[in-house]
Amino acid sequence: MTQRLAGPRLGTTALIYLALAGVLVVGGAAVAMDGGNLFATANLVDMLTRTSLTGFLAIGMTLVILCRSLDLSVGYTAALSSLVAATTMDGQAGNVPLAVAAVLLVSGFVGAFNGAVTAYLGVNPFITTLGTGLIIKGYLDTQYKGPAGDVPAVFQQFGYTRIGPVPVSALVMLLVAAAAIWFLRSTRIGHHMYAVGGDADVARMSGIRTGRTLLVAHILCGMTAGAAGLLLAARFGTGSAEAYTNLYELDAIAAVVLGGTLLLGGKGGVAGTVAGVAILAVLDTVFNVLQIDPFAKDVLRGVVIIAAVAIYARRQLDRHARRPRFAEGRAS
Amino acid sequence: MTRARELLARATNPTATVFILLVLVFAAVFAMNPGFFAGPSLMAFLKQAAPLVILAAGQYFVIVSGNFDLSVGALVGAQVVIAARLIDGEESRTVPVLIVMALFGIAVGLVNGLITTALKVQSFITTLGMLLVLYGAIRLWTGGAPTGSLSEAFRVPGRMGIEDVPVLGQIPWALLIMVALGAGAVLLMRTRFGRILLAAGDNERAAALSGARVDTARTLAFVLSGLSATVAGVLIGGFAGVSAQVGDGLEFTVITAVVLGGVVLGGGRGSVLAAMAGALVIEGLFTLFNQMALPATLRPAVQGAIIIAAVAYAARARARPVPTATATPTPS
Repeated sequence: MTQRLAGPRLGTTALIYLALAGVLVVGGAAVAMDGGNLFATANLVDMLTRTSLTGFLAIGMTLVILCRSLDLSVGYTAALSSLVAATTMDGQAGNVPLAVAAVLLVSGFVGAFNGAVTAYLGVNPFITTLGTGLIIKGYLDTQYKGPAGDVPAVFQQFGYTRIGPVPVSALVMLLVAAAAIWFLRSTRIGHHMYAVGGDADVARMSGIRTGRTLLVAHILCGMTAGAAGLLLAARFGTGSAEAYTNLYELDAIAAVVLGGTLLLGGKGGVAGTVAGVAILAVLDTVFNVLQIDPFAKDVLRGVVIIAAVAIYARRQLDRHARRPRFAEGRAS
Repeated sequence: MTRARELLARATNPTATVFILLVLVFAAVFAMNPGFFAGPSLMAFLKQAAPLVILAAGQYFVIVSGNFDLSVGALVGAQVVIAARLIDGEESRTVPVLIVMALFGIAVGLVNGLITTALKVQSFITTLGMLLVLYGAIRLWTGGAPTGSLSEAFRVPGRMGIEDVPVLGQIPWALLIMVALGAGAVLLMRTRFGRILLAAGDNERAAALSGARVDTARTLAFVLSGLSATVAGVLIGGFAGVSAQVGDGLEFTVITAVVLGGVVLGGGRGSVLAAMAGALVIEGLFTLFNQMALPATLRPAVQGAIIIAAVAYAARARARPVPTATATPTPS
């Protein structure tokens, strides 16, 4: 027993929720000093609304990053999905189920392409998904000169309705997150994802089909990007190719890493990611309420992300020294 | 027989792939426009390609030692804006401002390197944060749009050259700078420092245990990348002038170039010459697109497809020679 630790050691996820609480307290104090109230309904709504879009993207991103992969194409997939949704709906409420199915099919296919090229052709995921993003960008820029399609009022509800202060989109995002947590904890392929991310060679020698695992992770990541596209369509009322200019993929990666998932794979989880998304959303809301210059926001965000990861890194080093990945006692 | 096989093996080696690609791209350019290889147009091409080639050399150092530098695009943009703002049209300020820029490039590289090595933050996150910080800080400083203007002397390296050379017309300074820095990079990789970089990227632990100062070498790699972004900023600013978008997305183009050159993301493999050739391939592709009058909106799609295909081919070539290598010592 080391002396500096009183009581049980906090898990990484607990630490991240603690960080989220800390950000809320500090942010709340800063807003209070400015004469506002961070926890006023309008601000809470703003915060929760911000979580949903990045949330969808970050949940899928967590899966691929756990497998030691990466997806830089999610912003483009989301933009493509918003167009597929809006043009398929075409203003008819009856077309909504068809449009949702079409979006999940298209975005799942994009993910499958990413996964197949990465897993079976041995292309680094950075390059695969960058290339896929460029391909989609070229298609969108050529095909759509402006917003297209029309989202019926019923589906726009998905973007705007809320139950109390909680937007429906945020609730759906949390449901997807819960499903993803269950998937990672309780299904075979979920466990395989950790194994593949930890060490692909060892995983393969233990009889895991590493390629298939990676493929599934990428397909699911594509589909969550599709869900983000549906949300974009619901919010804008049309499909918009311009959505990709917002660099959502970098936001999503930042949220995943803030949530304690290792970029090197094999360690982390969706619960942490949700907290990471929430931290970014709280920061954005605080910056907004304090009316900080948008460019200063970028600077502060960059600093916060680096600082947070530096703090996690210290802990992980600690931990690494204590618990080697393959302890002798456990080898069979 | 064995010689032929050896040649074949050498041709399918990933480093050689980029040179084959280079020949293919330029053969296509030549087929479209036989006048391309006339002195003046070739020199104009090289003048335009020089910044990317120099950036690729800088990025190579970082990648081969096992890291990423996503901040180079933002740094190039920052340097151009800094130059315009500080020089503000005064010829006499050119040299002092160049010194300030060099120091700034070194400082950014040093911060990237120290955060990555001393604080153990993954370089993807460090440099992503740096990208946000630079992007925001520069716009904050200039109030959104770049102000000031460059001096004539500042624009000489990017625009001018040795005039009235027979056959070639003008030999651009940019080309000479590119060749000098390229030669320097090749020589640097043959020194102790270069070997430590490669070793650090290949197996960090082994390198550290054999007494190499891995962290110092990696930090220096980031500094070199920062310096390469500074030189590229001078050339791009001189060639194209000042705008708010300079450097946007350049980091992905550069990383693509390096990977096309057969350098493995994750480090330890690849040559700097091939990385620079990768940059020439990308610039050649852009030229080819121009000559084919390919719609500007479609270019990213074609670029993405070619990148994926090229890297998939190189990955295949890398996987193959392994079994044959063990079977080579047969008597002829």
